[in-house]
Amino acid sequence: MNNYTHAVETHQLTKHFSDFVAVDAVDFAIPKGEIFGLLGPNGAGKTTTIRMLCGIMKPSAGTATVLGHDISRDPEAIKKQIGYMSQRFSLYNDLTAFENLQFYAAVYSVPRSERAKNITELIEISGLADHRNELTRNLSGAWRQRLALACAIVHKPPMLFLDEATAGVDPVSRREFWDLIYDMAGQGVSVLATTHYMDEAEYCNTIGMMYRGELIAIAEPDELRASLPGTLIQMECDPIDRAQAILDAMPETLEASVHGAQLHITLTDAKSIKKITRNLSRNQIQVSYIEEVQPSLEDVFIALVSEYRLKAEQDSDVNGQDMTDANAMEEIRK
Amino acid sequence: MDYAIEARDISKHYGRRHPRLALDRISLSVGEGQLFGLIGPDGAGKTTMLRILSTVMEPSSGQARVAGFDTRKNAEKSRPLIGYMPQAFSLYPDLSVIENLNFFADINGVPHARRDERIVQLLEFARLDRFQQRRSALLSGGMRKKLALACALVHDPKVLLLDEPTTGVDPLSRRELWEILAQVVLQGVTVLISTPYMDEAERCHQVAMLHQGELLSRGSPADLARNLPFEVIEVKARPRKAMRAIVEQADGVADWRPVGDRLRLSVQKGNGNGNAKRILKNLQSQFKRQNVDVQLLRPSKISMEDVFVYLVGQQRGNH
Repeated sequence: MNNYTHAVETHQLTKHFSDFVAVDAVDFAIPKGEIFGLLGPNGAGKTTTIRMLCGIMKPSAGTATVLGHDISRDPEAIKKQIGYMSQRFSLYNDLTAFENLQFYAAVYSVPRSERAKNITELIEISGLADHRNELTRNLSGAWRQRLALACAIVHKPPMLFLDEATAGVDPVSRREFWDLIYDMAGQGVSVLATTHYMDEAEYCNTIGMMYRGELIAIAEPDELRASLPGTLIQMECDPIDRAQAILDAMPETLEASVHGAQLHITLTDAKSIKKITRNLSRNQIQVSYIEEVQPSLEDVFIALVSEYRLKAEQDSDVNGQDMTDANAMEEIRK
Repeated sequence: MDYAIEARDISKHYGRRHPRLALDRISLSVGEGQLFGLIGPDGAGKTTMLRILSTVMEPSSGQARVAGFDTRKNAEKSRPLIGYMPQAFSLYPDLSVIENLNFFADINGVPHARRDERIVQLLEFARLDRFQQRRSALLSGGMRKKLALACALVHDPKVLLLDEPTTGVDPLSRRELWEILAQVVLQGVTVLISTPYMDEAERCHQVAMLHQGELLSRGSPADLARNLPFEVIEVKARPRKAMRAIVEQADGVADWRPVGDRLRLSVQKGNGNGNAKRILKNLQSQFKRQNVDVQLLRPSKISMEDVFVYLVGQQRGNH
């Protein structure tokens, strides 16, 4: 077995498709037993990154190791030792849950002596016992997802890649899915998960935020939240539209937006809370509730992307070239 | 309050091949000028409900009134007052932004005198004014959604029905769409929107949570959170094992689960509000005694996902 301290390590990992840069000089590392999340909108480069790391696609430049193996020189060794579950998990609809597991055990050449034991264990862990002999086509989305995960780990891989694995799954099943992932991580399995659900990234130990092929931030979820300037507060007040206008005009307010019956306000600092409530009451606005809250990872992502765009616009020589234009062009390319 | 949308005991059965009811006696009411969220995962019945409210499909039983008219008996009267954006809203890809708007103005019978002014308004409103000559096939996903929204608004509807407009949309466009919707509401339009994303519930005045055709609960997001019988505490400490050991045997902790490096604990609400505080203090002193390095220990907001997961658990218990 290879020795490694990091399950994944990339150095300036890059992928071009003709003149389009899908992944742009990305550096990150995943310590053994950790869950690393790649977060970003569709088209950010997440799936391309995973495909390179799985040995399915060769990088254009840069290097990476997975479980100590170089992805360019030794992709075959990697493929045998990883589990890969993609958004469109490929299960055989005309086979039962049990038969799918048997099939994948054979594909991954799990020794016959271990096959039955592994499969029995997986069926139990994933709660599939009652659906063991059901045709896969008759399983609900959530059960298919669990079966796909079981198939992806039937050879007990030390490294698991999850590409949008929970897309379209209800919140209850998603939580149960993550419970399984945590159990595996607890046993030393390293995980790289991609998601475009910002709230799901909370489940990861470390998050890499990706945008247009670049890693624009890597940190723990709490560090990311703490990096956001200002203080976020929620407020219930009446009338809400006038309150928003008043707050917008105050220099202490970075942003004020209406969320249903509430205003979400970003203030320059926590000390301004008193000042704004005083100003509101002076203007006959009733504040019935006010609370400081933690920003979401989506808040963080949006702030980072806005910063990135601003910089890109300043760097750009093309006057008047709109970033949304570039967005549209990207979509057409796909 | 006057209701812009009122649905009473709406059920929908799609025939013998579908044993489960797509909707099982759903009642809801949406006050005029409100932003109402229909929240639930795939298969909850959201799309069916919207089709019924928009008069394009009849319920198997139950009644609905939208903008004052019965959707079955008076469909042709309520239809012009409704803007409906189905999930796969069909824009014409080979028509430009402005041509699409004109087309939808035509089929909705918007008088020519009024049309140009309205379209200029909408282009500005949806932040599409600079792209009006672009063919809609060449718009980004986010811009296409905004154009679809503008088309649904072109005839000045009183009630706007939106079926998952934010599904598959990137976070920036999603936020922009919600900002635009908040403006639509401020202009007096009643909006009913469906979404599978629990966090979006918090953008609505009132929500109904649906699961497999059944209504789990409805109310304001704040009330739904307040009605849960527990509060949530977040902890992050090292070493993780020691943190878990303390949490596992801590008094008053009903349940806990890992989320990243943190643990989220559900603690029973006491008679007063002091229970969470007492448990926080208790944990604090235990961590200190056992030399656990606490990086984070605080009360946490109850998320709409917490609410949904709890309600589904309750529903399963009842069945």
